[in-house]
Amino acid sequence: MSRSRLTQSNRAGWAMALPGFGLIAVFIILPFFFAFGLSFTNQRLISPNPTEWVGLDNYRQLMGMGVLTLEPERDDEGTLIRDEDGALAYPRLRNFTRGNPDYAHLDGMREWLSWSWGENQVVVLARDVVFMTAIVNTLTFVLIVAPVQAALALGLALLINQRLRGINIFRTIYFMPVVVSIVVVSLLWRFIYDGNDGLLNNILSAVTFGAFEPVDWLGNPDTALPAIMAMSIWQAVGFHMVIWLAGLQTISPTLYEAAEIEGTSRWQTFRYVTWPGLRNTAVLILIVITMQAFALFAQIDVMTGGGPLDSTQTIVFQAVERGYGKQDISGGSTISVLLFLLVLTISLIQRYLTRERN
Amino acid sequence: MAQIDPSNRGLRLAVRYAVLVLIAVIFIFPLVFMVVSSFKPDQQLLSDTGSLRAFLPVGDISFDNYAAAFQRAPVRLFIFNSVLVTAVTVVLSLLVCSLAAFAFVFLEWRGSGVLLSIILATLIVPFETIAIPLLLMVNQLPWIGFDGLSFGWLNSYRVQILPFVADGLTIFLFVQYFRDLPRELIEASRVEGASWWMIYRRIVMPLAGPVLATAAILKFLVMYNQYLWPLMVVQEETYRPVMVGLQYFFQLNRAWGEIMAYLSLITLPVLAFYFVLQRAFISSIASTGVKG
Repeated sequence: MSRSRLTQSNRAGWAMALPGFGLIAVFIILPFFFAFGLSFTNQRLISPNPTEWVGLDNYRQLMGMGVLTLEPERDDEGTLIRDEDGALAYPRLRNFTRGNPDYAHLDGMREWLSWSWGENQVVVLARDVVFMTAIVNTLTFVLIVAPVQAALALGLALLINQRLRGINIFRTIYFMPVVVSIVVVSLLWRFIYDGNDGLLNNILSAVTFGAFEPVDWLGNPDTALPAIMAMSIWQAVGFHMVIWLAGLQTISPTLYEAAEIEGTSRWQTFRYVTWPGLRNTAVLILIVITMQAFALFAQIDVMTGGGPLDSTQTIVFQAVERGYGKQDISGGSTISVLLFLLVLTISLIQRYLTRERN
Repeated sequence: MAQIDPSNRGLRLAVRYAVLVLIAVIFIFPLVFMVVSSFKPDQQLLSDTGSLRAFLPVGDISFDNYAAAFQRAPVRLFIFNSVLVTAVTVVLSLLVCSLAAFAFVFLEWRGSGVLLSIILATLIVPFETIAIPLLLMVNQLPWIGFDGLSFGWLNSYRVQILPFVADGLTIFLFVQYFRDLPRELIEASRVEGASWWMIYRRIVMPLAGPVLATAAILKFLVMYNQYLWPLMVVQEETYRPVMVGLQYFFQLNRAWGEIMAYLSLITLPVLAFYFVLQRAFISSIASTGVKG
């Protein structure tokens, strides 16, 4: 028998691959395409009415935006009207966003951002301000957590890669939070971040001999998201430390020996031996962290529920709140599609930026 | 370079260890706090947070919180559910994914290249982006059970198990591993007339120990820690897993001691498992990255 005849078998091949491929097709590929399809409908989880095709309505509802430049109010002679504090008076937004036929495209929108431009005021309106906030929060989370976590993980990996007695004990400890559920971790940190009896406040006040003013970390819109970032990094950094470590161990020791003979400094060794050897690992880690960071949900659900003042709303939290909480499957699916497109775009950009340059 | 005298070296060693220990404290203190607090009455638990006593098992130490936690929620049931769902998924996943990988690596058949590419492409689809349409799907899927045909998978074990049996990463890990096995071994057995199933069972699987451990550990971590999915598809207590069961401790009067006891109860077995198998745990995470 020839070699190819030996290993050729359409029937056996399909039979063995089918259970795995079938499950993936049903539970990953099918819902993936459903998400796109459903985002053009008004599907609900349970509804007496038949599902209708609504085109891009869901996307307009989520992403609809408009810009309005408000000119300050003037009296009949054309001088600016100021209130007793000297602030300019502007026409009310609802004159434009509530049934104004000249501004039909802004109908139903709410103020998202605004700033002064000369004496005018520029207002950015959004149809769904909460979702806009969720996108900004998620992107902030990803853009801060991905590089910081990757860098800290590399630092830890370099630290653990030393030849020291008992180093494995430290590796075991640094990795420990990874095996603990993020739900458990989030609950514990809620206690640590507590405004009254929280451990963090107590530690900070002990370190500064009482000079530190207690902060309600999760109750304050300015600190809630950073607090969740810090905790997320704490939990996951060991994961990426281990991947860096695996990358470090693929670098040939002879390269380091050569560097030592050349008498290079520590920084030079890192820059010219270690870092080039870690290129592929770096690309992988960045993509993995980015995907994990975009999926931010459990921390929010357990710690803040999106608050305070929507400062910790995220895309996945919004998708679940609509798709499951309000049983609005089409709205949740639309958010899922937008999330996927965002993840894809960022991954492609990362791929491009870290591409092999010849 | 400057001469390194012994005392200088000793000092540098001490600094290195000090840094390592300091970082270790950062990683370990919340977990120590969790376990220690689970033995304290609420009042003392809260007052202890002001000092180092928060991390020491001192004062009024007892198992009362554990007893109260079992009183408050069907903890045994939750643990049983999680263990069942996790164990069944891990076993099925190892079987299904290794079989598929076996077919992709050792057999030549029409469509294998395309199928493998499709499977690997699913790696860029985070579960969170398909969860909502999947929720609609499982709400309408048919099932044939002892009581005949029924529709809707909500509130069941199967809805927690079947979507997670096959995944691109696990198949990828098996494919990577099988590619390094000697093909001559398989071809020789074919010449001797062994069936594909025999080769899979008698030759390849006995050699697959390391990758089986890796795949099992990764799946175990994912499944035991499931939260988003069971939150949506399991409303009935009967099928609720441990992480969703936490909600019981936030209703009505919140008792921190009981929460800490419950957290310790569902976390310590995993940590014990990790400490025993830490080399396997760490190398399983590492292997997701080496060849990626």
